[in-house]
Amino acid sequence: MSKTLFDKVWDSHVVQQIEDGPDVLFIDRHLVHEVTSPVAFLGLKNRGVKVMSPKRTFATADHNTPTINQHLPVADPLSANQLKALEENAKAHGISYWGLGHEKNGIVHVVGPEYGITQPGATIVCGDSHTSTHGAFGAIAFGIGTSEVEMVLSTQCIMQPKPKTMRINVNGSLSKGVTPKDVALFIISQLSTSGATGYFVEYAGEVFQSLSMEGRMTVCNLSIEMGARGGIIAPDEKTFEYIKDREFTPKGAAWDKAMNYWSTLSTDEDATFDKEYTFDGSAIEPMITYGTNPGMGMRISGGIPTAESLDGGVATYKKSLDYMGYKEGDSMIGKKIDFVFLGSCTNGRIEDFRAFTEIVEGKKKADHVTAWLVPGSHKVLNAIKEEGLLDTLQAAGFELREPGCSACLAMNDDKIPAGKYAVSTSNRNFEGRQGPGSRTLLASPTVAAAAAVMGVVTDPRSLV
Amino acid sequence: MAYDKFNILKSSAVPLPIENIDTDQIIPARFLKATERVGFGDNLFRDWRYNQDNSLKSDFPLNDNRFSGKILVGGKNFGSGSSREHAAWAVYDYGFRCVVSSFFADIFRNNCLNIGVLPVQTSAEFLQKIFDVIESDSDTQLIIDLPKQTITIDSTGAFENFEINSYKKENMLNGFDDIDYLMNIKDQIGEFAKNTPL
Ligand code: SF4
Repeated sequence: MSKTLFDKVWDSHVVQQIEDGPDVLFIDRHLVHEVTSPVAFLGLKNRGVKVMSPKRTFATADHNTPTINQHLPVADPLSANQLKALEENAKAHGISYWGLGHEKNGIVHVVGPEYGITQPGATIVCGDSHTSTHGAFGAIAFGIGTSEVEMVLSTQCIMQPKPKTMRINVNGSLSKGVTPKDVALFIISQLSTSGATGYFVEYAGEVFQSLSMEGRMTVCNLSIEMGARGGIIAPDEKTFEYIKDREFTPKGAAWDKAMNYWSTLSTDEDATFDKEYTFDGSAIEPMITYGTNPGMGMRISGGIPTAESLDGGVATYKKSLDYMGYKEGDSMIGKKIDFVFLGSCTNGRIEDFRAFTEIVEGKKKADHVTAWLVPGSHKVLNAIKEEGLLDTLQAAGFELREPGCSACLAMNDDKIPAGKYAVSTSNRNFEGRQGPGSRTLLASPTVAAAAAVMGVVTDPRSLV
Repeated sequence: MAYDKFNILKSSAVPLPIENIDTDQIIPARFLKATERVGFGDNLFRDWRYNQDNSLKSDFPLNDNRFSGKILVGGKNFGSGSSREHAAWAVYDYGFRCVVSSFFADIFRNNCLNIGVLPVQTSAEFLQKIFDVIESDSDTQLIIDLPKQTITIDSTGAFENFEINSYKKENMLNGFDDIDYLMNIKDQIGEFAKNTPL
């Protein structure tokens, strides 16, 4: 029987099928961070069990870490306590732990691929919804809750009903100035934040094939923002080239054996999906959000939709625009901004810093704009320095911070003040997501860079 | 973590007729620094319940004396966003045992089922009916009958069936969680692990 890529990976990991119930799914890789794991480890302790497969488990500190002066003790006692708990739990269970200051430290979804933990055909989970990032490699990767973290720690399995399948094709090629982030924001604006709930999405078509691995990660990362369980892209030469020789990828004979499996990982020609969408890549333009969920995105050159043009949800829509301080029909171009955040597991990789630098090169940061440039990991940080991007950024008036999730969820001190506008390369523009009362405009690194130098929302294509 | 068994729940309800309520609203990230599961109910809907000076926002339904009960009724697409189970904990710890909406985000639904909060998905029309009825009489009782899989508005007798798979239903009725199940088949999992390619 012909199968989709998703079916192939899922089916090969089912330990047991429960009638009118979930599948028991085996998990190959479990990524752990400080915020969603302590209660799970506590559960293990209460049950008197050890972690079943420490070798399949990797821990890093990222959500709750400062992005300046990481060499100093963490000032906030609650955060410090959480970091200490993870360190102790990792040690007690023999899990490799990349804590604050460790050379491999970084955002969990950035370091996973960097060190080859992320592999095609694997099942990967983490207590963070943007685990979908790893689907860029042809893995089934999704976020889980703390009870499920406890399940995977104790039994290396999770119990979930098999999601339905969806394929999103984007054909043709992207216009100049259009980035992977724009493609994702465009798709979410078309499907809405619940349009893919209950589905696992395969991205297919020329546009995704032509993207770099970094670009594919950005797209898969945002799958959850349309409600999807995750996103997946079939592995190809680019994928294998990327993972080869990384620390945790198989070597020698083991690599050949893995390749035998990996080469089967594509959707069969006549396989069918429960739902399918097709878009034309050349029609996509740089995007920006104007509201309080990621589905409220628009062409940067367009106007904010009127409530009339929506089908339903008018009260919620107006509440959202009120929060943002915007009006229906407003143009976004020229809107004043106060902060710029470049970073997160969505857009905190080296390619994102290259794109940002390219725009700001030879220009100056607008005086009234505070810019937080936060690399996704130490590896990214080092690359920024080695490639000379740091010099260019500094010449333009920008500083670099140390790696972490930072203003993506504003658990540490990196909070956007109430009422202020931030152009952010992260993934969520919910009320208060970046700090109580903060107002977030989601966009690509390119759009963020243009806003940073102009001080207002600007079409980046007008700058090059 | 074990939780109380769920069978038939009859209670008044708190209405939140807002769509796309995300988990950042249910529990903001700055309250995720705990290493134990205690006190999350206090910060449920923190920024909607309190002003910045920590005074209560009187117009928010949770602060409105008319509304109380063990059932929370939310607008479409409830629980989207972050996977934080803390959101479900906050709902549970505040005292809710059931959330009713016309649509739930996946991870939130799962998290609820794992900790003993029953997500009840109704049609959009029935949800509107519930909002209307509570609006006109805030003491309106809803009856959630898990064995029969029905939700009923007591005063009018209007009801609807809801879905839950029989495995999860059994768990909720008995207060079991998935880990209990998985621990019992650990040998089988161990065998499976030996033959995985990665
Ligand atoms: S950067 Fe944001 S989305 Fe990514 S792992 Fe950190 S908190 Fe989660």
